[in-house]
Amino acid sequence: MLRKLRITLAIICFTLITLLFLDFTGTLHAWFGWMAKLQFVPAMLASSIVVIIGIVIITALFGRIYCSVICPLGIYQDGIAHLAEKRKKNRYSFKRRKKYSYCIGLIFFLLIVFGFTGVAIFIEPYSIFGRFASNLFAPVYRLINNVLAYFAERWDSYAFYHVDVYIKSLPIFIIAIAYLLTITVLALVNGRWYCNNICPVGAVLGCLSKFAIFKPHFDEEKCVSCGVCEKNCRCSAIDSKKHEIDYSKCVTCFNCISKCKKGAMKYGYFKYFKVTEEPRTISDEGKTSRKTFITTVATLAAASTLKAQEKVVDGGLATIEKKKAPKRETPIKPAGSVSLDNFSSRCTGCQLCVQVCPNDVLRASSNLDTFMQPEMSYERGYCRPECTKCSEVCPAGAIHKITREEKTAIQIGHAVWVGQNCVPLRDGVSCGNCAKHCPSGAITMMPYDPEDATSPMIPSINTEKCIGCGACEHVCPARPFSAIFVEGNLIHKEV
Amino acid sequence: MENNISRKDFLKVVGAATAVSAVALTGCKSENYEKETTYSVGDIPKDKMTYRINHNTNDHVSILGYGMMRLPFKDDVIDQEMVNKLVDYAMDHGVNYYDTSPVYCRGNSEVATGIALSRYPREKYYLATKLSNFAPQFWSREASIKMYHDSFEKLQTNYFDYYLLHSVGNGSKDLSGWDTFQKRYIENGIIDFVQEERKAGRIRNLGFSFHGDQRVIEWLLDNHNKYHWDFVQIEMNYVDWEHAHDLSKANVNADYLYKRLTDLNIPAVIMEPLLGGRLSKLPDILANTLKQHAPQNSVASWAFRFVGTYPNVLTVLSGMTYMEHLQDNLRTYCPLVPCTDDELKLLMDIANKYLQYPIIPCTSCQYCMPCPYGIDIPTNFSFYNKCVNEGSIVEDSQSKDYREMRRRFLIGYARALEADRQVEHCIGCNQCVSHCPQHINIPEQLTRINEIVEKLKRD
Repeated sequence: MLRKLRITLAIICFTLITLLFLDFTGTLHAWFGWMAKLQFVPAMLASSIVVIIGIVIITALFGRIYCSVICPLGIYQDGIAHLAEKRKKNRYSFKRRKKYSYCIGLIFFLLIVFGFTGVAIFIEPYSIFGRFASNLFAPVYRLINNVLAYFAERWDSYAFYHVDVYIKSLPIFIIAIAYLLTITVLALVNGRWYCNNICPVGAVLGCLSKFAIFKPHFDEEKCVSCGVCEKNCRCSAIDSKKHEIDYSKCVTCFNCISKCKKGAMKYGYFKYFKVTEEPRTISDEGKTSRKTFITTVATLAAASTLKAQEKVVDGGLATIEKKKAPKRETPIKPAGSVSLDNFSSRCTGCQLCVQVCPNDVLRASSNLDTFMQPEMSYERGYCRPECTKCSEVCPAGAIHKITREEKTAIQIGHAVWVGQNCVPLRDGVSCGNCAKHCPSGAITMMPYDPEDATSPMIPSINTEKCIGCGACEHVCPARPFSAIFVEGNLIHKEV
Repeated sequence: MENNISRKDFLKVVGAATAVSAVALTGCKSENYEKETTYSVGDIPKDKMTYRINHNTNDHVSILGYGMMRLPFKDDVIDQEMVNKLVDYAMDHGVNYYDTSPVYCRGNSEVATGIALSRYPREKYYLATKLSNFAPQFWSREASIKMYHDSFEKLQTNYFDYYLLHSVGNGSKDLSGWDTFQKRYIENGIIDFVQEERKAGRIRNLGFSFHGDQRVIEWLLDNHNKYHWDFVQIEMNYVDWEHAHDLSKANVNADYLYKRLTDLNIPAVIMEPLLGGRLSKLPDILANTLKQHAPQNSVASWAFRFVGTYPNVLTVLSGMTYMEHLQDNLRTYCPLVPCTDDELKLLMDIANKYLQYPIIPCTSCQYCMPCPYGIDIPTNFSFYNKCVNEGSIVEDSQSKDYREMRRRFLIGYARALEADRQVEHCIGCNQCVSHCPQHINIPEQLTRINEIVEKLKRD
């Protein structure tokens, strides 16, 4: 009964969170955007005290229900382990929690506290799942959508529309695949191995769940020590011989209770008793496996001009070279990020904002210091004035919620002119498209030669008015590099 | 077009026709329904084509001429197989005038036309092509003559039945229509060269096609005694008849041009009888008015009958991309039933009402293309015009179905055009403006569309 309830809730949570990463229309986020905000690390980064206290209280009362119901990566592993169990039953055996897992947790939180979030997020469970969903599941979802859109177009329906499917950032894509393979294999072989050996959230909640008021426990009178509970515990938390459970590892999945034919496993109020710690050093086996894990990840991670044509005949389309991103000294972060520091110290790299950006502006960074954290670029579109989607979905407070009106006054960067690319000078045609499309009226056209009013008109940028939205960069006819581009601000300013 | 008739529509047509006969029998309003000799469905007769006689060479020219400017494309090249099929069908039904140019269809129309027609005896068809020396690099005498000679080779012939100075009156970059004409034909002596060629028999009929600067056509016709124009190609349809000048100040009304040619006894070849297809895609309310007068006839057929009604018209060119276009036109012209005075009056009324719509007078002729900055100008215009015709551009954000209409517009726009081909990339360089025979201020119109798109996107 309890197990079924757990499974139902877990499936609902998992589906909704996954859909948040898949839905590109933003419809779902209005209803279920809060689901992402329940995630432990994002909530911590966003200083959502209520959520953190809630999770702490629930864990202290009922054990690591968070891990079995709310954490999408945990549920993903449950699903995979479930498949593995179909092929071979009774596959797990008890292993005590290793001390290093607490060390990993400690290091993780220290890194975050000292602002090295960019490093910490490599093992953060929610964002690992986010990268799966956004890099691997979302493209599939979009391709299906495009098939529907194809037919919708032919049936003159506007229910579906085409969206571009492309790899937004190759390194992140490769990392997502590597992680997916690793986590999947680990889950197939060892159940929730990641959750009790690597996961920092698992370590923190594990400390708490030891003292949980309600927990599963043996009914010594009924137990016949058949060991079925131990063999079916994905967390390897049950020592059936000694009738002990390592509560720091147990995620209260209730599988043991439903497996026990004798009714010897119960869930309820249970007096705390100390698991006798065997005074033993970390086994060599443990060392190797962790080492292997990290090496695997590291290896896989490491593996990761248009001149106006003279018109001669009628018709046809000119070939248009794709735009290339210019080298920006400071990356551009979305309005609401407050500053580069705020963004990089809070962003978990879950890619939720990348997924919802309707203008294809956001993509994961490939720079080492901000690796996997999104940044903006304007080759495929620009940060349109009406859109505040990324600020609405960010669960970690890396992008604070802003209104449209606020957005018009936030300078996230400033436009810079590159004279040698500017078509009035280069090709001798009149242009001014940047000025025409600037939503804040920051660009005016002026004669190149102050002495000669008839000389080519070039843009003059009023940096005080510029908000860094990139409209100018995007519509600039110079290709592959625009003649005007946005340089990010370290600290976002008000204009 | 209209003839893609489903079973349901067919029954409707039959039903309507029955109703028509019933009305006709009772004797009231029968004059509206006398067009029963044209067919919306069923076989197209092969021997009923209306012919006009060119008194210069005694050519019997079919009133329907095939414009080879809008040939079907497949995978970005001309679909030659389909072109052959279309030409076969046209020949089979009596079409004997084929009009091409070295610049049409990205410069491939002449070759395709040559391939399709060379399968027939040369005397079975009349071939028209042009000296399309638009780009300044072709203004020299040598380059123009080379273009002329190349046409023979591409069209696999040793004479042209009709040869035109292409689009005189149209300006070019920085030059007026008049100055451009001087550069293209007078200063390089080409106007005398083509006279010689006519004398030599390689050009049987010499003429010109005209758009724009009125000074040029006046000068050419004033010098008719010297040049002896055998025919002149003008843009004529029931909107341009009295309103070409209203659509663009640079254009001359067709009624004036037609009368001028008739007075000089010069046969008129008609281009843009449908305004690039726009007169077959009238706003719903106007289309319905025409349908009410003759439910079984296509909207396009009215435009073709209108121009055919005038006796000095030698042939009416239609750029028929699809078999359905060709069939519909054949139904209209096999044989032609001229418009009655009432019908002409009705069309003038439709034209007046048509002008009330903010339609962009683009005929999708592709002369402006390729835009060096990648914009697909005609598709942007046709998308906009389609929305105007459907009345699906919503201005009032308070209206009931605003959200839905906005969604349709934006999704429809993205479906019609890739992002790189959309209006926001127009930099206003104005290079296209001089190419437009309709004298549309293209950048201005693109900006207008951009404002609509931008407003909807921001809302």
